[in-house]
Amino acid sequence: MAVTSSTQVQPRIVLWLLGLVVLVVVLALVSLNVGASRMNLLHLFTQPDDRITQLLFVSRWPRTLALILAGASLAVAGLLLQMMARNRLVEPSMVGTVDAAALGVLLCAIVAPSMALWLKFSVVSLFAVMGTVLFLSVLKRIPLRSALIVPLLGLVLAGVIAAASGLLAHQFELSQALRSWNSGDFSAILRGRYELLWVAAGITGLAMLLADRFTVLGMGKDFATNVGVNYPALLALGVLLVSMIIASVVVIAGALPFIGLIVPNLVRLLTGDNVRRAIPVVALAGSALMLAADLLGRVLIHPYEIPSATLLAIAGSLVFILILVRGRRQWA
Amino acid sequence: MGLTKRGRWLLSLTAVLALGSVLGFMTLNVHSDWAFIVQYRGTRLLAMLLVALSMGLATVVFQTITHNRILTPSLMGFDVLYVLVHTLALLLWGTEFGKGWPLESRFILEVTVMVSIALLLFRWLFNGSVRGLHMLILLGMVGGLLFRELADLSARVFNPSEFSIQQGSSVANFNRVNLQLLWVGLAAAVFCSGLLFHLRRQLDVLSLGRDVAINLGVPYRKAVTLLMLVIGALLSISTALVGPMLFFGLLVANLAYWITGSHQHRWTLPASVLAAIVCLIGGQVLFEHLLSTRLPLAMVIELCGGVLFIALLLRGVKQ
Repeated sequence: MAVTSSTQVQPRIVLWLLGLVVLVVVLALVSLNVGASRMNLLHLFTQPDDRITQLLFVSRWPRTLALILAGASLAVAGLLLQMMARNRLVEPSMVGTVDAAALGVLLCAIVAPSMALWLKFSVVSLFAVMGTVLFLSVLKRIPLRSALIVPLLGLVLAGVIAAASGLLAHQFELSQALRSWNSGDFSAILRGRYELLWVAAGITGLAMLLADRFTVLGMGKDFATNVGVNYPALLALGVLLVSMIIASVVVIAGALPFIGLIVPNLVRLLTGDNVRRAIPVVALAGSALMLAADLLGRVLIHPYEIPSATLLAIAGSLVFILILVRGRRQWA
Repeated sequence: MGLTKRGRWLLSLTAVLALGSVLGFMTLNVHSDWAFIVQYRGTRLLAMLLVALSMGLATVVFQTITHNRILTPSLMGFDVLYVLVHTLALLLWGTEFGKGWPLESRFILEVTVMVSIALLLFRWLFNGSVRGLHMLILLGMVGGLLFRELADLSARVFNPSEFSIQQGSSVANFNRVNLQLLWVGLAAAVFCSGLLFHLRRQLDVLSLGRDVAINLGVPYRKAVTLLMLVIGALLSISTALVGPMLFFGLLVANLAYWITGSHQHRWTLPASVLAAIVCLIGGQVLFEHLLSTRLPLAMVIELCGGVLFIALLLRGVKQ
């Protein structure tokens, strides 16, 4: 039965994929055209001059590319975390991964402000791993009578880590900086300042290759072990991949909440729990959402900007409340 | 029925500590003339006493009418709701119509709006359609996040250039107290606490549960509505004075239950206020004068409250 249903669904998935590709391309073109300084992409061909090419390749193109890469990898990170926690209501910013990463950035700024980027990335990744492991190990110790206890615990753990960072930042007069890391946006992205996101994109690609195994991971330890998967090793790999994605995004743009929650939940309505089918759709939809959030932030109070993190948090908490209220018989 | 020996002893100890904190706050490290100290420290002391009173009472009463010890009005996002209403109200005060209003009437209008929304939310959450404690807390916390981000967004949209000034009010701070609202806050807080003390026996009956309370002749719906109005007003006062605090209420309410070991509101209500005074003013004295650190007390309290919340949650799950 599973086989027939999967072959039936296939053409629809392809259509969705095509539709999302078109959507991402359109949003990207709009994103290239919108900004504080007036520019029309068509002028590149009709009346090319240095100012336009400069603007395009130093600012607009890097920003758009960064949005696409960050959106895709954040959505995939959310999907992986949901598989590992075996719960659809979590995502990296709700379990402490992102807050631990922000703590890492803060410590880097305190100890060695001029640290090399790769070293900073390694330190922040390490903190993100510690945050994720803390959450998963607390989760292992409690009996899961209600699916809701998982996001609840995650939110409070994240809050406690954030409070600790807040105290530390206050002591070193970095509160303002911490606030900007906690509310991510792409306004400072220029050529040379976003390339770390390629690491996140690479990891996302790796996750796509390993998609089948992560599907099995989502079915629990016993099942995974029975079908011959090395559960602890795969879980450790998953934690590492999620943490590195989060670390690179937090270092480059700051925390961007809820993409990892909204996108996988919407896509799962479409594809079910099969990660291999879901991952490409999730990645594309993540890029589209990130582009849309950033665009809205740029045009809403033009020429000022609203950080994408604020808009994503509003959309995300609305979607989250909707999921909770809709599925309340299921969760209660 | 009175308190046990332990309860009486701990309550007296808390009262002594609270009194000591207040005295310490007024007298330690006085280097200038007294008139200035009484004026400067006195107003700050009064503000913190009001915050302690509001938070302690509001949380205990809320936990009584919702029958649990984890859920608090702050966790349900009610104090960020006040911040949101306040941010949106700034729009109205900028117009021709709003300019002439004195500060006190502005405050009263904002509190009225906030309390009405809180009451609607409360009705929706507690009319039986939302079941399960975890669901309630989760809805409350995510709702709080939504209110906070909406307040942030409207501050940015309506006043982008002054955003950084507005931003400061989203985190509690005991060194930057809003003194303009002190007197109207004082009047409201005294009225609310008098009312609650008058209703202490009804509160005892309400804590037995909805059905028992109705059987014993409490007009349940009316009583709960009145109490929610009082809770909303108290939270607005505290938030207007120092800013929102997520876990402070949880901390002092649970301290009060632990100190008294009783369910009777004639003990738990004053105990929560005394515990709040010790935490706020005692903590301030400790940090400012004894340790002379610049550590922000609000953040330390939030951290302790968060850890307590995890402990309560895990204990509840394990049982």
